[in-house]
Amino acid sequence: MYRMRSWSVRHARTLKSLYRGLEKVLLLIAPLLRRIGYERLDKPFLWLEKATKGFLLDSQSCGQCIVGFTGLACPMNCPKSMRNGPCGGVRASGKCEVKPDMDCVWVLAWEGNKRLQEKEHPIQFLQPAIDNRRIGTSAWLREVRRHEV
Amino acid sequence: MRFDDEPLIPGENLPLRPGHNSPGRLERVLRAGAFAVTAEIAPPDSADPEEVYARAALFDGVVDAMNATDGSGANCHMSSVGMCSLLTRRGYAMVMQVSARDRNRIAIQGDVLGASAMGVSNILCLTGDSVGVGDHPEAKPVFDLDCMSMLGMLRGMRDQKQFLSGRQLTSPPQIFLGAAANPFAPPLDYRPLRLAKKVAAGAQFVQTQYCFDIGLFKDYMRAVRDMGLHEKVFILAGAGPLASANSAEWMRSNVPGVHIPEAVIRRMRGAQNQKEEGVNICIEMIRELKEIEGVSGVHLMAYRQEHRVAEIVQRSDALSGRELWHPGVARDADPAIK
Repeated sequence: MYRMRSWSVRHARTLKSLYRGLEKVLLLIAPLLRRIGYERLDKPFLWLEKATKGFLLDSQSCGQCIVGFTGLACPMNCPKSMRNGPCGGVRASGKCEVKPDMDCVWVLAWEGNKRLQEKEHPIQFLQPAIDNRRIGTSAWLREVRRHEV
Repeated sequence: MRFDDEPLIPGENLPLRPGHNSPGRLERVLRAGAFAVTAEIAPPDSADPEEVYARAALFDGVVDAMNATDGSGANCHMSSVGMCSLLTRRGYAMVMQVSARDRNRIAIQGDVLGASAMGVSNILCLTGDSVGVGDHPEAKPVFDLDCMSMLGMLRGMRDQKQFLSGRQLTSPPQIFLGAAANPFAPPLDYRPLRLAKKVAAGAQFVQTQYCFDIGLFKDYMRAVRDMGLHEKVFILAGAGPLASANSAEWMRSNVPGVHIPEAVIRRMRGAQNQKEEGVNICIEMIRELKEIEGVSGVHLMAYRQEHRVAEIVQRSDALSGRELWHPGVARDADPAIK
């Protein structure tokens, strides 16, 4: 939800720790998830992510979530799909070059980053090019499986 | 500027020196510590090579390399690959701009291999303007990569000798990697960090947006120097002549990322001859930029005023007396050219 985006960024620190907590829970129940079957769980998990992240962050479900690095701003709302920071076209008002009524996703991301108060700004981490095959799948399950390996 | 290992055929690439990444003249000039001059060449809406040669000839003897733009402003023109193909044949040093807007990773990697094979030594990685600002707003925006992931991908091709997929190259591209920087767009306090990230991704030189706001640019450069970035990347500051106060206002509100302070527009409006005033402002800008610590050169964007570039370079003494080779001059026949 667009209106929630700036709220989430303002509460980036709280949300990121909640996110970490959720990750721990998911890792704890990983054996159970595996028994049920990750493939079978992908759809329900995606639904869950859309309901929570979709509402709070206006997440676009790219299936390879990096909001921990972006101050809780979903980079897939950037019309140029930039995953590594703001382009040079940001308007003086901080609005998007492409959508003049929308706050630049990366202006929000930088605000969120400052609020995270981490030693090194997570926004500086180089994100690889997006894997287009993962769009529309559950990022949480992928994270759980990544830890399993 | 003459190096001691100049090729026999003038205009050919130079031998690759240890520690260098490209056989190009631009990297040589920058690493030699000279103040470099680059300029943007506007690709024609035409399939006639003569038009390309005529446009390039305007920069003869005044630029170290020229940038072939890639659908700038999301408008359709001759491709940067086509421009580079024609102009490298004549011996010009090219910066090939590559925008992530129009091509995916498969196309870009192929283009860069081809470009390097043609003798292009510099690649400028751009995310690109959105299709909405151009003449085909209904087109599909690709944006498979962003400028950062493109830099990383091309660095991998050059240094790890492999495609992004990991598949090996038999001969890697010898390229000097560049990026753009806009010190004037929000979030201003993030912009120096953004440069740091581009350097970490592989940028070896950057060309900036127009630096009409020298005060703001100086603040940016101070932050850049505090981070030690000026020692890791060559910074070419953007400059160019404004055609009139009205066109300056138009640019400010219609060209993404262009910042022109009110004072500059007022000065333009008050001038008897606005075109000349635009050139004068540009020359003053270059002189000021040249004095800023950490600025390694200027990048001239003289859209529709390319014929004024030679005069601007000469009057601003951007080259500090350096004389440059250009096609039509036999280097050894003219001992004056160094």
